[in-house]
Amino acid sequence: MPTQKTVAVTGNVLVAEAFRQCAPDVVPAYPITPQTTIVEEFAKFVANGRVHTEYVTVESEHSAMSASVGASAAGARVMTATSSQGLALMWEELHIAAGMRLPIVMANANRALSAPINIHCDHSDIMGARDTGWLILFAETAQEAYDNTIMAVRIAEHHDVMLPVMSTLDGFITTHSIDRAEMMDDETVAAFVGSYVPENALLDTDHPVGHGNFAGLGGPYFEFKHSQRLAMERSRGVVKSVGAQWSKICGRPFGVVEGFGMEDAEVAIVVLGSTAGNARHVARGLRESGVKAGVLKIRCFRPFPYAEIAEALKGVKAVAVMDRSESFGAEGGPVFLEVRSALYDLEKRVPVVDYIYGLGGADVKTELIERVFTDLGEIANGAAAPAGLVYLGAR
Amino acid sequence: MQQLTEIRWHARAGQGAVTAAKLVAETALELDRYIQAMPEYGPERMGAPIQAFTRISESPIEIHNNIENPSVVVVLDETLLPIVDVARGLGNGVLIVNTCSSPAAVRQALHLGEGTVACVDASGISQETLKRDMPNTPMIGALAKVTGLFTVDQVAGHLAKTFGKKFSQDIIDANIASVTRAFQEVQAS
Repeated sequence: MPTQKTVAVTGNVLVAEAFRQCAPDVVPAYPITPQTTIVEEFAKFVANGRVHTEYVTVESEHSAMSASVGASAAGARVMTATSSQGLALMWEELHIAAGMRLPIVMANANRALSAPINIHCDHSDIMGARDTGWLILFAETAQEAYDNTIMAVRIAEHHDVMLPVMSTLDGFITTHSIDRAEMMDDETVAAFVGSYVPENALLDTDHPVGHGNFAGLGGPYFEFKHSQRLAMERSRGVVKSVGAQWSKICGRPFGVVEGFGMEDAEVAIVVLGSTAGNARHVARGLRESGVKAGVLKIRCFRPFPYAEIAEALKGVKAVAVMDRSESFGAEGGPVFLEVRSALYDLEKRVPVVDYIYGLGGADVKTELIERVFTDLGEIANGAAAPAGLVYLGAR
Repeated sequence: MQQLTEIRWHARAGQGAVTAAKLVAETALELDRYIQAMPEYGPERMGAPIQAFTRISESPIEIHNNIENPSVVVVLDETLLPIVDVARGLGNGVLIVNTCSSPAAVRQALHLGEGTVACVDASGISQETLKRDMPNTPMIGALAKVTGLFTVDQVAGHLAKTFGKKFSQDIIDANIASVTRAFQEVQAS
């Protein structure tokens, strides 16, 4: 019988608890703000004997991911965590982890990239990793970060997937805020994730295999990449089914996209991460005054749920996409580009406006979200959509 | 109290405002409320002005931004009053200040019209009970009294539980004495 306890903890503490409950064989760790407390809390669990993990302290994130790749190829369940410059430093190995089809699970505390120096939340780091071949999950709350992390292990290790998964949470806003959450008992999580049985372990010397070999001229590289594409496509169903199974156990909903008021929304905001809550808070208020406002939260960014997004937005009169990162020189931020592309095949054209917001932790004030809904209301009533993207609240 | 209570804490780094924000949230959780507690992170320098936030609600809390329109503002250091606009966005809410001054004097100094102003000598109480200036726990006592969010016993009960893991019984008792005295001595108008 699953039993949950109500806790008041930070997102990072809850993610560290999820790590412990998933019992990884190896955790290579390197600290970086605002992720540090994940590996710090987890180190305490190891030191206190609450989890039996080989905890490898490395000298950089480059090494943290290299050690993760090595340990995972050897046949271990591997988890790690990073943020910002650390994720950027892992760039090479992120591709290697996905290309070698290693089911590593990594938490990322979403944070701005330098320069100028900034330690606060935005999605510049994670969007830089969007094409590395990892699955990417976003959490609105500490609770979702916990649930996503547990689900990530099952998804990554699924026979039809065998790809690494990033479970992300917004730096400081979610990593460092104390929030009310429900934590599942250890046995239920252990039973849910099961034990990892690697299929091509380097340490299985009775069945010798090679990993990451040279695949040069003549097509094998191309075939590998195609098989990665197919695995990512197969992961769509796996994310949903693992989400549904965890949802049934814990009693909390899971969707690759989660809508509020989308049944009859005329204006809608598409958003990732913690700001989804702010948007819903505002939409709730607007609904009380008769505005048909909706919010569509994307919880699974890779694979990108284009079909679900098109379905949810097809009847909406005006859509705002909230981008917490830039793609300088592109027509909009990364989320905008994908959302608008997802809407391309709809019969009726839906106007979409891109709002760049909250870079470097700029506070997402309620009035800013209200301004977005006001803009959308005007566009829904026939006003022209702004030409180009909008820097929301920039001086 | 209204359904969502938003508390903004002003202090200098090192006075325990982050701990206070957390303690208040945890105490509310024990009453089955939904809670949030977060500091505003910046460069950490002892003595620098800082803010922290606590939200308490009967229903799940969806907003994650800083608190711009607080229902309650708690100021742990009165030397912040001339340099930080502590009453920003407060409206007719409650301002609680650690000071020997009277509520009327604080109200006049800050040109406050509406709302409640409450004063308590939290540093003085702390000097007598804890033998050092640690105004955070007495300010929780004052907060409990002025807002009616908690009883003294609820605050003391949580302190005993959470401090019990880290501190000696003497320190726990001194903190509970601080809370109780501030609860009794806070003056509001």
